[in-house]
Amino acid sequence: MAYKTIIEDNIDILVAGAGLGGTGAAFEARYWGQDKKIVIAEKANIDRSGAVAQGLYAINCYMGTRFGENNPEDHVRYARIDLMGMVREDLLFDMARHVDSAVHQFEEWGLPLMRNPKTGAYQREGRWQIMIHGESYKPIVAEAAKKSADKVFNRICVTHLLMDESKPNRVAGAVGFNVRTGNYHVFKSKTVIVGAGGASNIYKPRSVGEGAGRVWYAPWSSGSAYGLLIGAGAKMTQMENRIVLARFKDGYGPVGAYFLHLKTYTQNCLGEEYESNWFPALEKMVGKRYLDVEASHLTHRPIPTCLRNHAIVSEVNAGRGPIHMVTMHSFQDPHLEEIGWHNFLGMTVGQAVLWAATDVNPKEENPELTTSEPYVMGSHATACGAWCSGPEDVSPPEYFWGYNRMTTVEGLFGAGDAVGGTPHAFSSGSFTEGRLAAKAACKYIDDGKAEGIRVSAEQINRRKAEVYKPMEHYKIYRNEITAGSVNPNYINPRQGLDRLQKLMDEYAGGVTVSYMTNEKLLHIGLKKMKILEEDLEKIGAENIHELLRAWELKHRHLTSEAVFHHTLFRKETRWPGYYYRGDHMKVDDENWHVLTVSRRDPQTGGYTMEKAPCYHLVDDKAE
Amino acid sequence: MPTFVYMTRCDGCGECVDICPSDIMHIDTTVRRAYNIEPNMCWECYSCVKACPHQAIDVRGYADFAPLGHSVRVKRDEEKGVIAWRIKFRNGEKDMDLLAPITTKPWGKYIPQLRDAPAPTKEQRDSQLLFNEPKYIRFDEGGLHTLESNGLKMVAGVEAY
Repeated sequence: MAYKTIIEDNIDILVAGAGLGGTGAAFEARYWGQDKKIVIAEKANIDRSGAVAQGLYAINCYMGTRFGENNPEDHVRYARIDLMGMVREDLLFDMARHVDSAVHQFEEWGLPLMRNPKTGAYQREGRWQIMIHGESYKPIVAEAAKKSADKVFNRICVTHLLMDESKPNRVAGAVGFNVRTGNYHVFKSKTVIVGAGGASNIYKPRSVGEGAGRVWYAPWSSGSAYGLLIGAGAKMTQMENRIVLARFKDGYGPVGAYFLHLKTYTQNCLGEEYESNWFPALEKMVGKRYLDVEASHLTHRPIPTCLRNHAIVSEVNAGRGPIHMVTMHSFQDPHLEEIGWHNFLGMTVGQAVLWAATDVNPKEENPELTTSEPYVMGSHATACGAWCSGPEDVSPPEYFWGYNRMTTVEGLFGAGDAVGGTPHAFSSGSFTEGRLAAKAACKYIDDGKAEGIRVSAEQINRRKAEVYKPMEHYKIYRNEITAGSVNPNYINPRQGLDRLQKLMDEYAGGVTVSYMTNEKLLHIGLKKMKILEEDLEKIGAENIHELLRAWELKHRHLTSEAVFHHTLFRKETRWPGYYYRGDHMKVDDENWHVLTVSRRDPQTGGYTMEKAPCYHLVDDKAE
Repeated sequence: MPTFVYMTRCDGCGECVDICPSDIMHIDTTVRRAYNIEPNMCWECYSCVKACPHQAIDVRGYADFAPLGHSVRVKRDEEKGVIAWRIKFRNGEKDMDLLAPITTKPWGKYIPQLRDAPAPTKEQRDSQLLFNEPKYIRFDEGGLHTLESNGLKMVAGVEAY
């Protein structure tokens, strides 16, 4: 194929994927590496890429220590409760102690943060959330990244990481192709910070046809954070911890501001409060440690997100659906009504489109809620991602190997969705993680850890052949048929995605089985995943756009396979409402109060699983 | 089909192609104008709608759940730093205008060039501090939170939960 090979050499820091994590990394890297070569490779256009492309109406992770609101450890405890204990508290504490400095800089750069007129502090939506006019959140942080980077390569789909050939398990850059020109791009770099995204569209969606685009997480979030890291042999953690969201039906519009700020609430089809009916049985299932109904009532201890989902799923399955969001009271206040609409326009315009199309006026009727298909990501109420080192002054020995946010591959760092065990980072926390990774990457280089990296022409050419194989394959077999998309030698990317979604749904606890799976189902699913992997070698791409979709699918497949292995390994139901292991329906703290860690051998494709200790931050005096 | 493009307004300039996060706004080779090549990968994020200099792009809600006859239009003005929305219901009973700020500062002017910032000292490099820290964390004289400063320690196992 006549595509050029374009080599960018002598890079110090390559940022692969420039959403909130990647922009934070590029920005900060310039300060600690003023003479270093910083390059960004972004799949779309950095001004509107990543999960925040559309905008946000809130920053969901802000401590407010400046206003005497919260300390970092308060946020750690909140995230720990919400995730049923399974988090990396060193990474969370570290993120939380830095995050406010990022938010204060956003305000200085021009991001409109709302203020509470009475207190002068930022307008709180909830304990951790502040309200913003964030339509231009992404273009603003993109400006910061562009100012810091030597070069920004837009429209580069990064397919693989390059590995050093002089020292095993050390990164050496990345390769990919330009989605416009088709050219092959090689980035030789001393370090790589993966800022790519989590995965939408790996489970069969509730929608059919066009509506498949109205996923909760962006459709361009193709699990590349995990595809790239798993492909390079980095260890992953908590990949079983997929998330299900309770959202407005079909449009998946956000509910945070509705619950917290507009004080709306839910009820079943009979107009009854239903949630508390399910809690006594649920308390038995998960144990008092995770759901203590009485204590929650008295102390306003939050109920974990997954358990609230469980109540919705159970109520609907008991025949008392749909669940409604009661908006009719709050929306009588014209100010709150306006906020309700602004909330959608700022981050999920599609929900406003849907209510306009279906004449849903929340002042006059209570809109329906539903639980979504599962998503695999690591910055919301879920903690999938790479097993990364924490900071020197916080992390216990099992969590520390020299450089903050470095994966188990040397010189390979993560930020945002890429880092495992750090839920509730959201936009600001992801940006902060990028900053932390960038400082550590500069130190790694300054310490002389990136000397003598060697990448052979053989590796570059081998990857090139692999990258374009779907187009070659298509060309060879296309003319064996008259026309159309049915060919005995290849499947196209959409056909492959349909197969992946169907088997994730049916075997790994998707929406059509009410999030239920078990060991037998997981084994069958894994077998089908292997066969799908073989067929992905025969995927056909008609053009460069389909080549993009083919590689997104391969990254989604690698992500999904990790979800299978982790779900199989953890023999308990840790997060009812996210998924259920029908053969182990309870939380089992005796055996599973641990973090799950996996590694896929890049040579054989075989998986090894291990348990890692789960450390908690405790009050020094209490011991 | 989520986004679509009006034939008489589009001049094929390609601004939408350049900005679309999903790579689905392409130029049709016959009519030389933009169109959405993959509606089921469209998030209705409105990036292309906002970027179009001719207001040639609009959104028709997803066919599998959104009936025809609604409208959500937008005009984003970087100079003025505002975004204006108009929402019209299918039944015509609701027609809302909503205005919001998108920035409080002239574009990009208040973002520092870190290459020109005073170089970090060795002490800063060896610390846990990031750029502008500790000042920007709380705007007071205090330092960064540590386990020690906050009276905390890390203990493994369920007993510590």
